[in-house]
Amino acid sequence: MAFLETLINGISLGSIYAVIALGYTLVYGIAKMLNFAHGDVIMVGGYAVFTAMVTWNWSPWLAMLFAVVVCTLLGITIEKVAYKPLRKASSLSVLITAIGVSYFLQNMALLIFKEKPKVFTSVVNIPKITLFDGKVVIKGETTAAIITSVVIVVALSLFINHTQKGRAMLAVSEDKDAAQLMGINVNSTISLTFAIGSGLAAVAGMLLCSSYPTLTNTTGAMPGIKAFVAAVFGGIGSIPGAMIGGILIGVIEILGRAYISPQLADAIVFAVLILVLMVKPTGIMGKKINEKV
Amino acid sequence: MKKKIKPMTRKSFITYGLLLIVFVAVEILISTGNISSMLKGLLVPICVYSILAVSLNLTVGFLGELSLGQAGFMCIGAYSSAIFSNLVKETITQPLIRFPLAILVGGIFAALFGIIIGIPVLRLRGDYLAIVTLAFGEIIKNVFAALYIGYDSAGLHISLKSQGDLGLAPDGKMIINGALGISGTPNDSTFEIAAAILFITLIIAYNFVNSRTGRAVMSIRDNRIAAESVGLNITKYKLMTFALTAFLAGVAGVLYSHNFYSLQASKFDYNLSILVLVFVVLGGIGNIRGSVIAAIILTMLPELLRSINNYRMLMYAIVLIVMMICTSNETIRSFFVRNIEKFKGLFKKNKAQTETVKEGE
Repeated sequence: MAFLETLINGISLGSIYAVIALGYTLVYGIAKMLNFAHGDVIMVGGYAVFTAMVTWNWSPWLAMLFAVVVCTLLGITIEKVAYKPLRKASSLSVLITAIGVSYFLQNMALLIFKEKPKVFTSVVNIPKITLFDGKVVIKGETTAAIITSVVIVVALSLFINHTQKGRAMLAVSEDKDAAQLMGINVNSTISLTFAIGSGLAAVAGMLLCSSYPTLTNTTGAMPGIKAFVAAVFGGIGSIPGAMIGGILIGVIEILGRAYISPQLADAIVFAVLILVLMVKPTGIMGKKINEKV
Repeated sequence: MKKKIKPMTRKSFITYGLLLIVFVAVEILISTGNISSMLKGLLVPICVYSILAVSLNLTVGFLGELSLGQAGFMCIGAYSSAIFSNLVKETITQPLIRFPLAILVGGIFAALFGIIIGIPVLRLRGDYLAIVTLAFGEIIKNVFAALYIGYDSAGLHISLKSQGDLGLAPDGKMIINGALGISGTPNDSTFEIAAAILFITLIIAYNFVNSRTGRAVMSIRDNRIAAESVGLNITKYKLMTFALTAFLAGVAGVLYSHNFYSLQASKFDYNLSILVLVFVVLGGIGNIRGSVIAAIILTMLPELLRSINNYRMLMYAIVLIVMMICTSNETIRSFFVRNIEKFKGLFKKNKAQTETVKEGE
């Protein structure tokens, strides 16, 4: 029974990773860049909810809406200021810029909210479920994380495959120049992608902080990197892949923490990444990319 | 005819000369007692960071790949050499023999790991390589943070669980105590040794870049497919650069661990790797002298100006972003290049005229 509870906790954490990984996958698919700052947008989302709920006494729903708006705007701003000038630059310079943005957000948060961790009040208001006469207890946060991520994945798949904007995103990810020739506004499509990714990061931030209620300026860094691992695991550029990869990484991490060693859980997750990249660099559901001369 | 010095040789000798001048100046300041204890405590870290920056520049600037595992290699160097020094500190009491051996141990272990990690990792490129090196760095840090090593008359005891699990004899001593880190490392790092090693690092780096290998590495950076088609063994050269970077980072780790009585693995997190990257980017990617200068200034600055300390990290971040946009965006870059040319033109006009007259004679 303890195993079942651990497994469900793993799936819950994995669902949060999946939501973050979706942001990575979308941006990587379209802008062909690793948005290192994505994890820190999660942290900004967490702080936005915290400020709205604790400092301004807003209701949870309003606070969540506020966080999504803040993160969406932040994502668009980051793209316009830092990444757009580097559209044609080498991937090395884009990556270093992204690291710079990540560092900037972390240290800005440190200056504004100081070093002392904030205790996050959960935004989730779902009663806990008890199974097998109380042997297995599923917290409301766990249920919320799993349901939210499933809803997001379904909605996003529908959006991308069945709307004009979504198909424009697909076209840009296939071939930027050809998409432009077909009359697609590449710049606004990339902005839209960043906006969606960052909005999802805000949702992930709320779920993460509700389940693990300490909020510091580096809260987003590790989940961000692990979600990237999840995106690579599932196959970068693939939406169902991000979901599967996220859940697998979450389960591996929680099971590793429970049954192998709490200190080595992170190391196990990273070892998975290295194994995946050695054996199948395109991930579980990724497309094979042929290199052109 | 006067013998011409190659521009690269001249560049390297200017760097050696500058460094020598700074070294002598610092030595004079120390002997006359005109140096604050705070700055004195920074001397070894400055050399450590300079070595790290130079070694990372070999990978970023000359191989053209971003490695975020610098802290991990440093961690391996620090830990392996600290274990070595702790084991032999009773048998070899002379630090002048013990410390060079420790440096070799740390450097070789780090280089070995560099090769082991490099073989799978260097098949990847760009973003993947960066994230995997980061992952390796974190794995190394986490494993060392969970490691317990002690020794007694029966030999070494190693465990990944707890101190009690080691089963040490009562007279045994702990070397590595999990998250508490290493303690009891002899304080062998002195400024003179650290400076000497920085000097050797620079000689290695300059000679590497100017060698046949170095040119091969740069050709891989500029056009991998062309380099491959003229018969260069890409994996070999990549691995060599990677191993050299790891070796030097390991040596820096040795200097670092022998500078403190105790040291935790958590010090070697990926922020340290990013800090080193800031040095490299600010000093100029591919500019060895720049790396050293940036490392020296950026390490000293926050200590000299305490008031800006809170904003230090924020400034590093802005520096990274602005430097990248200014050097990689075509429009902004050509704007700078034009203006610098103009500025140089003002000075060079007269000189150029006199030179043409001389050639005409």
